[in-house]
Amino acid sequence: MNDLARYVGALIVALLVPLCVSAASASEKIPVVATFTIVGDLVRNVGGERVSVTTLVGPGGDAHVFQPTPADAAAIKRAKVVFENGLGFEGWLERLIKSSGYSGPRVALTEKITPLYREPDQDHGHHHGHHHRDSLGAIDPHAWQSLANGVLYVEAIKEGLCAADAAGCPIYEKNAAAYIAKLQALDEETNARFASVPESKRKLITSHDAFSYFAERYNLEILSPEGMTTETEASAHDVAKLIRQIRKHNIVALFVENVSDPRLIKQIARETGLKPSGRLYSDALSAAGGPADSYLSMMRHNAFAVADALDGGS
Amino acid sequence: MFLYDALLAPFVEFSFMRRALAGCIALSLSAAPVGVFMMLRRMSLMGDAMAHAILPGVAIGFLLFGLEILPMSIGGMLAGLLVAVSAGLVARGTALKEDASLAAFYLISLSLGVLIVSLKGSSVDLMHVLFGSVLALDDEALIVVGAAATISIAGLSLILRPLVAECVDPGFLSAMHGPGTAAYLVFLMLVVLNLVAGFQALGTLLAVGIMVLPAAAARFWMRRLFGMIGVAVLVAIISCVLGLLVSYHWRLASGPSITMVAGGLYLVSLVVGPVGGVLWQLLPLRHRAA
Repeated sequence: MNDLARYVGALIVALLVPLCVSAASASEKIPVVATFTIVGDLVRNVGGERVSVTTLVGPGGDAHVFQPTPADAAAIKRAKVVFENGLGFEGWLERLIKSSGYSGPRVALTEKITPLYREPDQDHGHHHGHHHRDSLGAIDPHAWQSLANGVLYVEAIKEGLCAADAAGCPIYEKNAAAYIAKLQALDEETNARFASVPESKRKLITSHDAFSYFAERYNLEILSPEGMTTETEASAHDVAKLIRQIRKHNIVALFVENVSDPRLIKQIARETGLKPSGRLYSDALSAAGGPADSYLSMMRHNAFAVADALDGGS
Repeated sequence: MFLYDALLAPFVEFSFMRRALAGCIALSLSAAPVGVFMMLRRMSLMGDAMAHAILPGVAIGFLLFGLEILPMSIGGMLAGLLVAVSAGLVARGTALKEDASLAAFYLISLSLGVLIVSLKGSSVDLMHVLFGSVLALDDEALIVVGAAATISIAGLSLILRPLVAECVDPGFLSAMHGPGTAAYLVFLMLVVLNLVAGFQALGTLLAVGIMVLPAAAARFWMRRLFGMIGVAVLVAIISCVLGLLVSYHWRLASGPSITMVAGGLYLVSLVVGPVGGVLWQLLPLRHRAA
């Protein structure tokens, strides 16, 4: 009996030792939380091997209507830094942080960007350089849709990680510099691609109004059948108005985007004889292996899909 | 010219408006008569419960096959039928009454539906996915709605005789029939079928509205069953036309607009309807004359 107990004890120790070791090696990494997939990808690129990133809203999820779970609160509690987009994008984060008891630093990545405003009248905004800054206009939080802003995001992440882990700072700086170089290269490549698209053709439609920063960067005009969030149901009035706009402006590019109802876009396409041009990614990366499984691939996919659609129409 | 702009122009100019109207009218033709029988059998509230019971089936169809109307509709049919039949069997075989057993089953079904969707891990707006939109009816959706309407009308005419017998003579109902008879089961199927089609056409849980409200309104206009059915269909069609026009001119969400117009017509009928309407009860002389 005694032997058996000793044997079992040894067995338990033998099983636990590797667990403890692996837990110890995991805890050497700096635990951080990113609110959604795009922020998570950026943080991973800057943090590299030194940080372990927990992303709250997973691939394909809609960060506008996210429902946190207790596991999310636990991840925040353990974190050394919480990275968020800011500009009111993660409305649920405030309460989640409070309830998790987290008191560490929060880094809003949009701190340094110049926010774009929507017209107060949600009337299918024209994003074409002129932006009304009326007090009533709501801020568009989707600032990551411009690669220039992406650079500012990366710098904010670098500073946040350096503040939390001074020892790793040189590594973060090196990673950030390398990643920013990639972003700038893609930005130049994208600019060169759009340079070949005539000014008169730079109009497109997507089902989710999240591309005002993208539109400003590459001088495009974006029309949308729905309002700012995915919450509102379109009225017949809105759809009719959009169809008239497509006919009037001779729009050739129509995109279904990954979080709102694609059926409505298809209906509009059928009505106007347009061909839906595929999918743009706005608020969430695709699952690994998809066309937009990282920030870089998402931005490349979006830019080239738009440019090809604009060129392809006659 | 003003009338043309207000009433006809939207449908002439836009095919999505014509499609919305076609789907909605097809639904009116099948759902309103079913609603009349539901009202006469005191099952109007059941429609709402059944609408919730359908959700898990639609959710499973969506998770397995994506945004395809046919698997989602078939899934909804199966879930609705399972709940309706289980509730009927429990009510028949145990001491529990039908309302309680239906409530129990539909709550199980609804919570299962929410669970299934949360399993997928993403919180893509459920309502956008599980419900169609009256403004986004494509060919496939129109075919599904049209087929559902055709089957529903044919099915209703098949079971018309026993249904009428039950409605006219409650004693006959209790003596000969009960929950679980063939006619009753077919009727439940038709209810579920119309609800599933309604999801696609009206795009919300308010699909129940096009079933229940026109029937309730018709009650104030006609005493005879077939008159009631005729008025209910008429009210439903008017609701579709006016609801779409309201949505078009005043920029309101289409599904709720249609149901609201039906609700308005019900309230008007409640007041001025010649059969037991409030106004006629307040005017005893005219009441007698009628």
